[in-house]
Amino acid sequence: MDGTANIAVDVRQRIEDLIADYAHMIDDDRLEEWPDYFVEDCYYRMIDRHSYAKGYTIGIMECSSRGMLQDRILALREANVFEPHCYRHLLSGTRITGEKDGVYTVVTSYTIIRTMQEGDMSVFSAGKYLDEVVFEGGEPKFRSRLVICDSNRVHTLIVIPI
Amino acid sequence: MATILNENATLKDKVHWEPGFNHVPYMIYTDPDVYAEEQQRLFRGPMWNFVGIENEIPKKGDYVTNYVGDTPVIVLRDMDGAVQVLVNRCAHRGNLVCIAKEGNETELTCVYHNWRYDLQGNLKSIAFGKGVGKGATKTGGMPDDFDYSKNGMRRLRVETFFGMIFATFSETVEPLAEFLGDEMRENIERLLGRGMVLLGTYSQYMPNNWKLYMENTRDSYHASILHMFQATFRINRLSMKGGIKLSPGEKHHISYSIAETDREETEYDSSKLRAVKDGYTLADPSLIKSWREYDCGTTLAIQTVYPNCIVQQISNSLALRLCLPKGPEECELLWWVLGTPEDTPEQREIRIKQSNMIGPGGVISLEDGVVGGWIQRGTLRDQEKSTVVEMGGRGVAPSGEGRATEVAIRAWWKVYRECMGI
Repeated sequence: MDGTANIAVDVRQRIEDLIADYAHMIDDDRLEEWPDYFVEDCYYRMIDRHSYAKGYTIGIMECSSRGMLQDRILALREANVFEPHCYRHLLSGTRITGEKDGVYTVVTSYTIIRTMQEGDMSVFSAGKYLDEVVFEGGEPKFRSRLVICDSNRVHTLIVIPI
Repeated sequence: MATILNENATLKDKVHWEPGFNHVPYMIYTDPDVYAEEQQRLFRGPMWNFVGIENEIPKKGDYVTNYVGDTPVIVLRDMDGAVQVLVNRCAHRGNLVCIAKEGNETELTCVYHNWRYDLQGNLKSIAFGKGVGKGATKTGGMPDDFDYSKNGMRRLRVETFFGMIFATFSETVEPLAEFLGDEMRENIERLLGRGMVLLGTYSQYMPNNWKLYMENTRDSYHASILHMFQATFRINRLSMKGGIKLSPGEKHHISYSIAETDREETEYDSSKLRAVKDGYTLADPSLIKSWREYDCGTTLAIQTVYPNCIVQQISNSLALRLCLPKGPEECELLWWVLGTPEDTPEQREIRIKQSNMIGPGGVISLEDGVVGGWIQRGTLRDQEKSTVVEMGGRGVAPSGEGRATEVAIRAWWKVYRECMGI
């Protein structure tokens, strides 16, 4: 049950910082930094919990390289049309569930409040992150980040990553 | 103006729609009476409604729940292996019989009072149907003349086509094959004839009337203008060879293009359009990598099946979509993202990467989730005014060449007015 028992306190702290920093980066609209949180050969996927349980291979976003993460942000900044809005991530319950060959598996719950430009606020998404974190040059980075949304519904559109 | 068979004088009077299909009154997207009449005349009218795919119910007893218009239905495979579609409502008190989104049952039992039905919707037994106790002390029980055979669940006519399941309330609509017509059937066979593998599903909930989304899917004019990503990477441009096909009677449509035929078009290259950005390059171009999947060379085909189904090929990305009305000013778009059993691992990988173009988070499709809501807000006042649908003329003749036209939208309204009697 307690996979964190043997994880050094400083390692645990740095992983928790990575997860918190990531949320602040998105909420602060520093999205150009998004790819920097991942190793080059990475995976980012957003999928609802029902589809995840079913083992479906396609989710709402599917990025399989740091380049694809960059392209998502480029599309958001330069190509895509949408109404300005921002997120507020509320994170809780980060647990390191295991470690093997320097790959830490981590789970964190999240809730996102979305605020539209005219002030409308709503619970946009709730779910959990299932992460694989590695240390690259001494820095913690995501090797994979699976966003598992509780709902299969997306209201209107999703362009800012979770 | 086409002949209206069964005129709805009250609604016609309320809507005030001039003859023709080149103007659409704003109120058609908001009025509750229009919405109610659509449920009756379109979704329960002479239409085959797409309700799901056979892959989701492979085994006897498998079911999924869905909707025809806003009527809840159960889509299932009965114990004989046949696909059935039943209205999800107990004959007793109207309770939902299947609560779960999916499952497997050998019979259907309403949890409220234990009324049991077989998988064809026939009522088999009623809890305490014969009362409690015996002889003189017997209490309750159904009347002696209660007819089980008249109290089954409502069963719809069902037909399937290459794994797509269609259902209808109509006793008179023509068989599905005829309803679709030759060209529509050919396109579905081209895309789904190899069989399908379900790769993913999701839903996009939109703050607009369902018809605004259906117009959007039939709007070949906007595709490379609103969707800059699509134009910039030459996934779909109006300068490519392509056209609009309409089924006989104009119910269904296909907008298609062939990327290898793209010619230089100054309208795109002279930077007049917001949609084409110089110097926009992908860090990982594997997102738009594709293979030539079809001998005809078609690289994009958006097909609509009246009233609310969409069959999609964008490059190698295949999907089915269903746009469900959720009251006059909201709708839900359900997606089934598909591959085929013949896909090589490399081809499957390409389909997965290309899925980034579609769905609520797709770099192309996400924009279609938002324009409808903007129109809904823009037209809130002045409900007696109309939109203009005159690109490419005012008629409904199919366009053999070229897609800078709104003909498919006009055709949609032609069928709508006929069916709605307005």
